[in-house]
Amino acid sequence: MKDKIIKGRALHIIENGTYIDDIDTDMIFHNSFLAITEIEKMGQHAFGNLDGWKDFPSTAKKGDVLVVGKNFGAGSSRQQAVDCFTALGVTLIIGESFGAIYKRNAINAGVPLIELKDFNSKDLIGCSELKIDLEKGIIMDLQDNKVAECKPFSKVQMDIYQNGNLFEYGKKMRG
Amino acid sequence: MGKTIIEKILQEHCVDDIDVKSGEIIWIDIDKRTARDFGGANVVKNMSKYFDDDSVQDVSKTLFTFDCVVPAKTIPYANNQHICRQYAREKNISVYDVNAGIGSHVAIEEGHAYPNCTFIGTDSHLNILGAVGAFGQGMGDQDIAFSFKTGVNWFEVPPTMKINLKGDLPDNVGAKDLILFLIGKLGSKGALGKAVEIYGDAIAKLNIDQRITVGSMGTEMGAIILFLKPDTILDGYFKFVKAENKKLFSADDDAEYIETFEFDISNIKPLIACPPKPDNVFEVSEIAAKKILVDSVFVGSCTNGRITDIKEVCEILKGKKVHPRVMMKVVPATMKVYGEMLKEGLVQILYDSGVIVSNPGCGGCASGQIGMTGTGEIQLSTSNRNFKGKQGNGDTYLVSPATAAYTALTGYICGEEDL
Repeated sequence: MKDKIIKGRALHIIENGTYIDDIDTDMIFHNSFLAITEIEKMGQHAFGNLDGWKDFPSTAKKGDVLVVGKNFGAGSSRQQAVDCFTALGVTLIIGESFGAIYKRNAINAGVPLIELKDFNSKDLIGCSELKIDLEKGIIMDLQDNKVAECKPFSKVQMDIYQNGNLFEYGKKMRG
Repeated sequence: MGKTIIEKILQEHCVDDIDVKSGEIIWIDIDKRTARDFGGANVVKNMSKYFDDDSVQDVSKTLFTFDCVVPAKTIPYANNQHICRQYAREKNISVYDVNAGIGSHVAIEEGHAYPNCTFIGTDSHLNILGAVGAFGQGMGDQDIAFSFKTGVNWFEVPPTMKINLKGDLPDNVGAKDLILFLIGKLGSKGALGKAVEIYGDAIAKLNIDQRITVGSMGTEMGAIILFLKPDTILDGYFKFVKAENKKLFSADDDAEYIETFEFDISNIKPLIACPPKPDNVFEVSEIAAKKILVDSVFVGSCTNGRITDIKEVCEILKGKKVHPRVMMKVVPATMKVYGEMLKEGLVQILYDSGVIVSNPGCGGCASGQIGMTGTGEIQLSTSNRNFKGKQGNGDTYLVSPATAAYTALTGYICGEEDL
């Protein structure tokens, strides 16, 4: 069983004190690197095309939690835009909203994606570490104070997440 | 709380015993899983990459449809088609091969898609099936392989938006003008992530072909799918389908809508979407005043490749020659449409007018089955996307079949009044 409560250092993708909206898949993982298919080689290109965040791959650590703004991952269907964060050890992505295909790709890859319901971005930005209860849909600081609420994981998301990815789950469901 | 059309279809197909409502992520049974020549080879590769046994869960519910580049004119496309063909032969899966036409249209004609079925494939315009009350959806090659193997997939139930149309369409205004009107009003993100239901007396007067035209462009306003007021016309059309779960759903009176819009359509005019976006919509008469010279005209695609569309074009062209500066191309959506064109003498009319007629398929949209546009070329197209590079290097304007035909005769973008 994978943890249903995830704890980690929070990496807030912000500019002038607010989350950056509309970060598209070309800013996350530029199309000039699409030929890369090995996950371990993808990490070094994460946010390679997002102004001010080019050193992100050297600052991210295993176990980090990414916090982003609205419409994160809009644009193309490239899986690398999800996998590059997995390569760096990011365990979970929290955002106000996501591009539809990005969301599908992340859920299928077993990457927990959290959509925020009700929050004050200042409270969230102030947290250097976060604790997320996937089942209850609560985001807390390390003192267990609630800082935001999210939609609890659906059965589908939990099934895929617990099995690693969509295909591992598929093997199990059809024996 | 009552349910919208999408909520009813997904409730019927939900594999778990839960009350389906918008925002929920649910597992659904997929009645038909398909792959086309674009993406199909990757689906086949995924089957052996991710599963020890690469056979599909139910052969009778699995299909290949080739329509993008038919017959293949590049070696990569030929290879990809043949990877699918060989896999299909080995597994005894049906293939609608390069002669058949556009997969989504073949699915409707052959009864693979019908009211209340769930139908997925690698075609991003598969939500066109909303036109016949089905839940169609394009997905990536991993998702399709997963459903080939398991027969299910997950979906987040979208919220539904309602559009009420007031009045009737004027005589010289067609289904394409209607959907361009709605895209112009709502914009390319106007229905982002939502299911759309369209109501009004005008809808009841649309035949199947015209419903397909409207349904085909939900994608261009960001919609998950677009449903037209259910109508007896669909009941009649699908009498021949013996599917157990065939049901033509209406929304409940107390269904919940995230937004409701009302538009008066009784005064709308023929419309045109100027490059480079489908929501860049103007009245044809405004653009006609600029006397923009046109190099090529394409009639076809999943939006306007039906017999109704080609008949309309022929009525305008009959006995007249296409302007010498214009190359005009007509591509029927399917072999059945092509057969009807022959039977009704439409091929002769097009021939006499100097039009290129090709075998059925996606035509001008995907990788240029019937040619691409060169730099500086101005093309009028009845298709659904005019993004830069989509149909070549030239500039593409999106119009109805009638506007395409009038323009082909004069050589510049115009409407009926300019003849």
